Amino acid sequence: MIDYKQAGMRRSEYETTVRALGREPNETELRILGVMWSEHCSYKSTKPLLRTLPNKGERVWAGPGENAGIVDIGNGYGAAFKAESHNHPSAVAPYQGAATGVGGIIRDIIALGARPIASMDGLFFGDPSHPRTQSLSSGIVSGVAGYGNAVGVPTVGGKTLYDPSYSENPLLNALCLGIVRREDVISSKTAQPGQLVVILGSKTGRDGIAGAAFASVELSEDSKASRPSIQIGDPFIEKLLTEACLELRDKGLIVCMQDMGAAGITSSSSEIAAKSGVGMRIDFDKVPLRAEGMQPWEIALSESQERMLLIVQPEDYEKMAAIAERWGLDCAIIGEVTEGDRYVINWFGEEIVSLPASLIVDDCPEASWASRSPDYESAWTPREPSRSRDSSDMRDTLLRLLRSPSLADKSWIYDQYDSMVQTNTIVGPGAPVSLLRIRENGNMIAIALESDPWKCSLDPFRGGAESFAAGVRAVAAAGAVAIGATDCLNFPSPEKPEQFFELSEVVRGIAACGTELQCPVVSGNVSLYNESASGRILPTPVIGVVGLIEAPLSWIPSGNWKPGDRLYLVGKRESSLAGSHYQNVIDGKVSGRPMPFDPEMERSFGKLAHVTARKKLAQSARVLAGGGLAVALAKEALASGMGASLEIDPSTNDDVALFGEGGPRACYAVSEQDVAAFEETWRGFPCSYIGAAGGESLRFGSVSLPLDELRDAHSSVPENNGRRD
Amino acid sequence: MQASIIVFPGSNCDRDVGHGLRSALGTEADFVWHTQTELPPGTDLVVLPGGFSYGDYLRCGAMAARSPIMGAVSRHAASGGLVLGICNGFQVLTESRLLPGALLANRTLRFICRPCTIRVERTDTPFTRTFREKQILHFPIAHYEGLYFLPGNELLALEKRRQVVFRYASTDGVADDSSNPNGALNNIAGIVNERGNVLGLMPHPERARDMLLGDASGAHADGTDFWKGIRDWADGRLGQ
Repeated sequence: MIDYKQAGMRRSEYETTVRALGREPNETELRILGVMWSEHCSYKSTKPLLRTLPNKGERVWAGPGENAGIVDIGNGYGAAFKAESHNHPSAVAPYQGAATGVGGIIRDIIALGARPIASMDGLFFGDPSHPRTQSLSSGIVSGVAGYGNAVGVPTVGGKTLYDPSYSENPLLNALCLGIVRREDVISSKTAQPGQLVVILGSKTGRDGIAGAAFASVELSEDSKASRPSIQIGDPFIEKLLTEACLELRDKGLIVCMQDMGAAGITSSSSEIAAKSGVGMRIDFDKVPLRAEGMQPWEIALSESQERMLLIVQPEDYEKMAAIAERWGLDCAIIGEVTEGDRYVINWFGEEIVSLPASLIVDDCPEASWASRSPDYESAWTPREPSRSRDSSDMRDTLLRLLRSPSLADKSWIYDQYDSMVQTNTIVGPGAPVSLLRIRENGNMIAIALESDPWKCSLDPFRGGAESFAAGVRAVAAAGAVAIGATDCLNFPSPEKPEQFFELSEVVRGIAACGTELQCPVVSGNVSLYNESASGRILPTPVIGVVGLIEAPLSWIPSGNWKPGDRLYLVGKRESSLAGSHYQNVIDGKVSGRPMPFDPEMERSFGKLAHVTARKKLAQSARVLAGGGLAVALAKEALASGMGASLEIDPSTNDDVALFGEGGPRACYAVSEQDVAAFEETWRGFPCSYIGAAGGESLRFGSVSLPLDELRDAHSSVPENNGRRD
Repeated sequence: MQASIIVFPGSNCDRDVGHGLRSALGTEADFVWHTQTELPPGTDLVVLPGGFSYGDYLRCGAMAARSPIMGAVSRHAASGGLVLGICNGFQVLTESRLLPGALLANRTLRFICRPCTIRVERTDTPFTRTFREKQILHFPIAHYEGLYFLPGNELLALEKRRQVVFRYASTDGVADDSSNPNGALNNIAGIVNERGNVLGLMPHPERARDMLLGDASGAHADGTDFWKGIRDWADGRLGQ
């Protein structure tokens, strides 16, 4: 018999269990509760924080509590989307960890009855010169590619940042988005007594047992011995499972569906029971197994991939089994929905688990951690005023920024991803925002994935809001209205007061941004304990923002300068180097206080950007992000294959003006005939003419940077990550 | 023209080809499950779509080449019917010996997905009659095993018989190492059988059909011409 500590429980949690049951739990029950009450499954440290996030809105069909969120995208269709982390597995087994991260999030979307149409990935890698970074980053990228390409869901964009804090603890966040008709939406809350519990997909094996518990502790040297906790992915089976589930959906044969992710059969079945307010009986001896001699607790906690739990009407089972057989998938009745609240597991006729479903799913005591603000003020005190440099410095700085791994071209990553399958990708990876055609209703979706860990480390509230606002701005500049968001909160242990403070403040910033900009956070996940003996990760909220462009379609691409286009900068001139790429690359450390979140400015920007796109008053738009104005202009020039003459002289503009970040700002390229209408549209908002497109070099006053030189710098790839030939 | 798209377990471009045919020609293709042993009556064109048939396990295309439907596909080809294999479908065609050679791992040992340009080498096949000699087409690629290989003598013979239909080339028509994305011998992107009625190519015409797709400045719709050309041939409008 194991004790509660071996099951991963705290004493207080164990005592809660004993009180609720009126007896000691047996070993299988203890193991189940240990995993289901782990941080990964229970969100016990963050529930109170997550409750503060806005998740309601006219367009929201489904929010937190379902497998993913769904927002209305018009004409009876919804976009189902969610981002999820798979950090610990990717740190230990990069290829499989990343692959199964992609597979898991795709199943979450299928579980709602949606067809997955796009994925994105958030990648956070360590110092490029660290010995592990090359193998971790290439393994993770290959894993995303290997799985996503085979399963036929295009990877249409993402975000990649490098910082030494991720050297031992890389992050892999995967976002998936699917399309569903309103009447086809499948819930996990609608099971009724008498219905059958069915498992569909792969057989259950010993892989990934208790992976959720593994994800809820800090990484240690022992983690490398945790390989049995790593799941193995099979995208071929996932593809078959996708088509089978969608066929079952079309034939109306599914009552409820839930992906078997963390804690496998146990979490999927008990969650359906608890959310539907019913009981459930599962016969473990009916589960198709791939390993011999598996113990009930191993079956309970196996995280074998590519499995779905379905609730079906008894009279529909035969039809369902025929469809499963056609797709070559295992399918078995493993239990029944019952009256009441009892979650029972039988093993060859013997009752081995009998727990209230609500106890497993809802009653994990919330963990409250002490919170204490670190000393931010000393970092906020400016050490030196913003520097003005002579013109050779400006050239050197811009080239160094373009060459830095976080800002450099990422085609070595995204060329490995099939970004076009399903033929809906209008703008794919490499652009600030990805655009997808929605064939079903003629509209378009814009998705941006953003994160600003450095600003979060200096001011978590402002950094959290900025991370979110950056995505809202990016979709707005393309012409979309942000209609929903998903967040992955990647943080170190919450048990240290300063770290819990940081987490709480980032969430407060996200909540403020979502509320002020009326963009509900409809799904997400939390990954804590991202630290190892060598340190902790930066606070890393990753936010996926989904925007809608309604027909008749009108949008503005990026990197589309035409000769003679007038270039405009909209947004305030002032910005900040605090937490910027400039500080990282040039100073080697970040300091200062990032720009405050200004909801009024953000809303005005969003409104005007939208008008600009509806009236198609610009050829090209790019929001100012990492590296500020100078890098935005350089990226526009490179993507357009064209230079510009800019009335921005480095001798009169300091580095803050050139490289500062934060706040709603964008550069637009406007055709001559649209100049008057463009200026009229932006009247009342800071808007200035900064130059004209054309030529083979980017000319900042007297400083001229040939496009070839910019391209050479931007296309440099981190050590050893380039092509092998 | 009646088209039949073969669906193997793991095919993932079948729906894209169906959509391409629908939007370019306004025709509905038949989707034929791999366990069938006969093609729908009246089939003019068989398409083996891209994807990862059988997960690409064992060897790309190897298991699909032994699917029940492939007997009917071979008979269709033998009777002069059109067979088109795209990407994984090309691999299935070489594995089933309907086309010579093999597709090996890209020389970068990486999956490559990107826009790509190919040069039309022959306009006297049923698949290329609407194109001009040496015309440059924009068809994207997305594959891990796309390096076309054939032993030296056989490659010479293949070239001599003019079986090479498409070659990777730059936008100004130069087929050299720098315009070769995957290391394919002689920059080969697509070949036909000796009779000219079976075409395999690695690039994806069904992804080059819609001006909306691709970045705003580089969108191309050469795929539409490709499908129309095949339709015209099949419907006898251009004769043989």
